[in-house]
Amino acid sequence: MSDLASVQGASAVEMSGVNKWFGSFHVLRDIDLTVKRGERIVICGPSGSGKSTLIRCINRLEEHQEGRIIVDGVELTSDLRSIDAIRADVGMVFQQFNLFPHLTILENCTLAQIWVRRRPKAQAEEIAMKYLTRVRIPEQANKYPAQLSGGQQQRVAIARALCMNPKIMLFDEPTSALDPEMIKEVLDTIRGLAEDGMTMLIVTHEMSFARQVADRIIFMDEGQIIEINRPEEFFAHPKHERTKRFLSQILD
Amino acid sequence: MSAAFVREQTLPPRAAPFAATGAKAWVMQRLFATPRDIAMTVIGFAAFVLIAMPLIRFLFLDAVWRGENRDACAHVLTGACWPFVAAKFNQFIYGFYPLDQLWRPNIVFALGAVLLVPLAIPSAPLKRLNALLFFVVYPVVSFVLLTGGNLNPEHFILGYVIRLEDHVDFVWHGMRAAFWLDYAFSSLALSLAVALIGRVFGTPISTALKVMVGFFALLALLIAPTDADFGLSWVETREWGGLLVTLVVAVTGIVAALPIGILLALGRRSEMRLVRWASVAFIEFWRGVPLITVLFFATYMLPLFLPGGANIERLVRALIGVALFSGAYMAEVVRGGLAAVPKGQYESAAALGLGYWQTMLLIILPQALTNVIPGIVNNFIGLFKDTTLVQIVAILDLLGQIRSAFSDPNWASPTTLYTGFAFAGAIYFAFCFAMSRYSLFLERRAGASQLRMETNRT
Ligand SMILES: Nc1ncnc2c1ncn2[C@@H]1O[C@H](COP(=O)(O)OP(=O)(O)OP(=O)(O)O)[C@@H](O)[C@H]1O
Ligand SMILES: [Mg+2]
Repeated sequence: MSDLASVQGASAVEMSGVNKWFGSFHVLRDIDLTVKRGERIVICGPSGSGKSTLIRCINRLEEHQEGRIIVDGVELTSDLRSIDAIRADVGMVFQQFNLFPHLTILENCTLAQIWVRRRPKAQAEEIAMKYLTRVRIPEQANKYPAQLSGGQQQRVAIARALCMNPKIMLFDEPTSALDPEMIKEVLDTIRGLAEDGMTMLIVTHEMSFARQVADRIIFMDEGQIIEINRPEEFFAHPKHERTKRFLSQILD
Repeated sequence: MSAAFVREQTLPPRAAPFAATGAKAWVMQRLFATPRDIAMTVIGFAAFVLIAMPLIRFLFLDAVWRGENRDACAHVLTGACWPFVAAKFNQFIYGFYPLDQLWRPNIVFALGAVLLVPLAIPSAPLKRLNALLFFVVYPVVSFVLLTGGNLNPEHFILGYVIRLEDHVDFVWHGMRAAFWLDYAFSSLALSLAVALIGRVFGTPISTALKVMVGFFALLALLIAPTDADFGLSWVETREWGGLLVTLVVAVTGIVAALPIGILLALGRRSEMRLVRWASVAFIEFWRGVPLITVLFFATYMLPLFLPGGANIERLVRALIGVALFSGAYMAEVVRGGLAAVPKGQYESAAALGLGYWQTMLLIILPQALTNVIPGIVNNFIGLFKDTTLVQIVAILDLLGQIRSAFSDPNWASPTTLYTGFAFAGAIYFAFCFAMSRYSLFLERRAGASQLRMETNRT
C-alpha cells in the first residue's frame, strides 16, 4: 500500500466550487478542497456543519448540485457506471458500522470482492483473512456481527473496506458510537493505515488523534470550510474566531 | 471505620434457586397458585368438558365406522357417518379424475412431498438443486402428469405469418418440426431485434445475444416436455377436483405470490416514477377487488373481451387470477419488511460498489423477508383457505366436492352433512396448522439474526 503514496501526479480528490442544498437548506457552500495522494485529512466542526455531507459527496452517497468533484482523476457525474467504479475504489467506514447482520464476518468481507471485484471465492476469503488479521480479529471470522463488541465490529467494517483495495478511505466519526475503552483499538487501526500511506479523510472529534495523524485539519461551520491548517498551527494558533471558540469548547 | 470498601474475596457464581420440581409442584404452581388461578382452572376445565366432550362423542364415541350405504347411519343422530367419507374418498381427493389414471396425481402428491420436505429443513443439503427441482422441474412434471401433456402448440410467432405446417409435416415423439422451426427462427429474430435495440443503450451486441438466446433455450427446455408425447391420455381439468384442485390452486398461488410480491414491492419503492405508479396502481387494483369478483371476471367476462381468451382453460384462468391477487397482497407484506431495513444497510452496500439488484438480492431482501416471515405465512394460510372460492366458478375443490356429495340420496342420513364438513375442516386445519407451526419454527430460527439486527442498530 505504501506504493500508493509514491504515485505522485493527479490529486486523490479535487473539489471546486461545490454547493449542495437539502431542499432550501444550503448545506455545502462553495467548497474548494484538494487532497493529495497519501494525504491524511481530519475534518472537524460543530454538529450539523456539513462534515458528513462533505465526505459523502466524495463517493456519491450524496449528490452535489453545483461545482466539480474529481476523484482519482474521474469526475463524478450522473453516469451510473462511473459511480459504481468510484465507489469500489473509495472505502467508507460509518459511525454505526453498518455491517450486514445476516452474514458472518468473513462473508461481510468477501461479498463485495466476489460480486464487484469478481474475485473467485477462495481468493476473496484469503484476502479477507489477511485484512481481518491486520485488524487483529481473524479468530472471529465465522461469527455474526452481533456477537462482536462495538470496537470489533468497527474493525471488521474497516477490514471490509480494505478488502476492496481502495485508493481512498473515508471515515465518518468512526469512534462516536463506541464505549470509551474501545475507541483506542479502532483509532490504533486507523493510525496503522495512516502509517502505510493510505489517503484518508476522517471526520472525528478525537482531537489528540487528529493532532498525531493529520497532515491537515479542516474546520467546518455552517456548510463552509472556515480554516485549513497543519495540526500544530491549528491547535496552537487558530486563525479564525469560530475555530478558537470551537477549540475552547471541545478542549475545555 | 472508613467508608471505603475493598472486596477481598471474589465470589464464585452460584446456581439459581429453583422452586420445587415434580408433577405435584407443577400442578400447584401452574393451576392452583392463587385464587384467580384456581378460578381460571375451573372455568377452563368446564369449557373443555362443554365443548370438547360433545365433539369427541360425535367424532369417535357415537360415530358409525362401517357400512355400505345410508342404512348404516340412518338411525344415528349424534355420531359421524364415516362410511360416507370412505365411500366418497376418491372423489374428495381427486374429483372425477379417471380411476385407472389415479397413479398420476399420486406421483404428483408424492413427488411434491419428497421435494418439499428437504426444502423445508434448513440443515438439509443441496438446497440450490432442491429449489431448482421444486420450483422449476416439479411444476413441468406435474403439468405433464396431470394433464397428459402432448400439447402440440400450433404457432410460436412467425408461424402466424408463414404457415410452415403446410410444408413441413415431420413429427418426432409428438413434437412437430413445424412448430419448433417456427420457435427457433422466431426466437433468433427476437434475440437479434432486442440486441440491436440494446446497442442503442450501450449494451454490447454479443452480451445481449447470449442472454436472449440463453433465455429462449431455457424456455424451450420447459416447453418441450409439455409438447412431447409420453403416451399419457389427456385428462381435462374439468375432471380434476377435490384436494387435488385445492392443492394445485394453493401451491400455484403460494409459489407465484412471493416473486410477484417482491417485484411489486420493489417497484413501489423505485425511483422511476412510471414503475412506481404502475406498481401502486396494480397493487391497489387487486387489493380493492374481492377475490370472488376476480374469479368471476376471469372466468365469465374475460372471454368476452379477449378473442383468444376463450381458448384458455377455466382452471388456468382462475390460477392466473389467484396468483395476481395473492401477489398484490404479498407486495404489501414485503414492503413492510423493506421499510424495516435500516438506511445504513443501503449506504454501506452502495459504498462497496454493489449495484441495485446486487444490493437488493444479497443485502436487503434476505433481511426484509426474515423480518416478515409471520406476515408471509399468514398470507399463505389466508390464500389456502380462500382457494375454496373457486367453487363460485364451478371448479370443484375439496369443499366443493364434499358439498356436491351431500346430494347423493344413497348417503342421505341425519349426520352426513356434519361428517363431511368435519372431514373438510380437519384437512384444512392440518395444512394451515402445519404452515403456522413451520412459520413459528422459522421465526425462532431467525430469532438469533433478529437479535443481531437489533444490536447492530444501537
Ligand atoms: N438527507 C437530509 N435531508 C435534509 N437535511 C439533511 C439531510 N442530511 C443532513 N441534513 C442536514 O444537513 C446538515 C448537515 O448535516 P451533516 O450530517 O453533514 O452534519 P455533520 O457536520 O456531519 O453533523 P454531525 O456532527 O451531527 O454528524 C444538518 O443540519 C442536517 O440536519
Ligand atoms: Mg455527521
